[in-house]
Amino acid sequence: MLKVLDTAELGTWVEAIIKAHDVIGIQARADKFDFGPLAKVQDLRLDYDVSLNAPKRFFLLPDEKLFTFKKDEAKSAQAAEPFVLFGVHPYDLIALRQLDKLFEMDNPDVHYLSRRAKAIVVAVDVQKPSAHVFAGCLGFEHVEDSYDILLTKIGNEYLADAATAAGEKLIALGKGFTKADDTHLAARKKIWDENKQALRRHELKPNKAQITAQLEKSYDHKIWKEKARLCFSCGSCNLVCPTCYCFDVADRLNWDLASGERVRTWDGCMLEDFATVAGPHNFRNQREARYRHRYYRKGKYVPDKIGEFSCVGCGRCIGACVTHIANPVEVYNAIMEA
Amino acid sequence: MGKIALKDIYLPETATAVAIRQLTPTEKCFEFKLDSGKSLGHMPGQFAEISLFGIGEAPISISSPPHGEPTFEMGIRQVGSLTGALHRLSVGDKIGVRGPYGTTFPVTTAMKGKDILFVCAGIGMIPLRSAIKYVLSHRKEYGKIHILSGTRTPAFRLFSDELEQWGKVDGVRLLETVDQPDDGWKGNVGVITTLFSKISFDPKNTVALIVGPPVMYKFALLELRKLEMSYANVYVSLERKMKCGVGKCGHCQINGLYACQDGPVFRYSDIAETREAI
Repeated sequence: MLKVLDTAELGTWVEAIIKAHDVIGIQARADKFDFGPLAKVQDLRLDYDVSLNAPKRFFLLPDEKLFTFKKDEAKSAQAAEPFVLFGVHPYDLIALRQLDKLFEMDNPDVHYLSRRAKAIVVAVDVQKPSAHVFAGCLGFEHVEDSYDILLTKIGNEYLADAATAAGEKLIALGKGFTKADDTHLAARKKIWDENKQALRRHELKPNKAQITAQLEKSYDHKIWKEKARLCFSCGSCNLVCPTCYCFDVADRLNWDLASGERVRTWDGCMLEDFATVAGPHNFRNQREARYRHRYYRKGKYVPDKIGEFSCVGCGRCIGACVTHIANPVEVYNAIMEA
Repeated sequence: MGKIALKDIYLPETATAVAIRQLTPTEKCFEFKLDSGKSLGHMPGQFAEISLFGIGEAPISISSPPHGEPTFEMGIRQVGSLTGALHRLSVGDKIGVRGPYGTTFPVTTAMKGKDILFVCAGIGMIPLRSAIKYVLSHRKEYGKIHILSGTRTPAFRLFSDELEQWGKVDGVRLLETVDQPDDGWKGNVGVITTLFSKISFDPKNTVALIVGPPVMYKFALLELRKLEMSYANVYVSLERKMKCGVGKCGHCQINGLYACQDGPVFRYSDIAETREAI
């Protein structure tokens, strides 16, 4: 269902959504932006460049209870509440689509999937490219599925494309929506084409398939050692990445020493002890090996698993890395030069 | 999103310790019984995630062969916080269990009708015992059997009472070695690869199963190659850090492979080119 809303009417609509639902919306955080509980419509900033944290954290929580236990009895902790996630950029939605596949395949993960099932996602096409975004090089500047509603700002109007019943219901909460026509679709296509060029702050030379193929023969490339020399193994690139989903599992015991909970927390393959077993023996004890693993995972291992390139070009890692070694564009361009 | 799976893959079922015996100064053998009364349903080579609520969870290989009963055995070395706490368990105490997980030794496929070479280094004996006992209880389905076992010292020999019994079975040759002998030791001295020169087997008709510490594989594989053994007939079990056991948490990756799902048992020819494997 395609509808159009005057930008002046957007606030009234979002207010109605806030009244009816718990809303997590994109908003300003000092001079940056992030997602958080949206209390008032004035805080919503659909003109944002990139969110500090990827929206994955509302589905794979940074610190998440898997079950509670009391002595020898365990009880699964599945208490996902419905919410509206408002303002997701296309590249981040593509990342979520990949996590959906990964958590669904083989052994479905009920914790992630139940949160995902209960969320209504309102995506928005990028209005202002961030400093390091290169999603346009990967074809991830726009998205045509996986949203409940996709909003595209066209002049003084928002085109609202509701792809699901939940999305249509959300639109029904608004007043002033009018019918869209082919000119709106053409205008959206034009914005997608423009974003393909605009979301290229770094120029990736090879295409996705070429990178995956080249990684087959790049294991001993000098780039890994060169870059990893400056790696602090801090895991910042893992933390901000919308497709990183590795986790640790640990128990937290209450003061009674009988009850508690098992939690999973985000982990990162760049951290020194990520592959360390009791002994101790670290199966990836070189920074170089850890660094390489991350680019192989994005460019080959996960693509081999789900058929999709697993770096979405958000550029967060480029901005997060204190020693400026985490730019996937530099890495993937370098391996093409052999 | 579509329908939600109802089963929680991270939620353990409970089991009770029904027997505990000390194997070596650092290893104990635990017999657990699933409280559900069902069989764990594993095959040799698989592992399960074992929990003590409040301490944590770890992947542990299963030492007993499948037998349809609700009990299973695990040989466990005291090495970390969870295994330390497991070693303090008494009969009647409860644990959490998830699994079985992972691939199996090919006892019903590639090994059938073949001579079998077991190479058990250190606690590699623990997962291999499941396969050894399976093979010995289906003795007629296999050819000649060699069991090579190596430990640091005689005190660290695992399942030593059973070893003697296995060595007496018709068509089974058992060879042991220790890195450092004590005063009473009269057997072989040296690392496990020194035993290869003491046996003769038909490399074309033999399947080898090798399990041991990470450092051992390279040397054992070289010896087998010298003896003209094809890597397609060699199976290894690889240890990695694991948290979930179900292909999600990312810890056990060996390049693109997951030790928890693609392994822990690998046909060596499948991973000979996998750089992080050995």
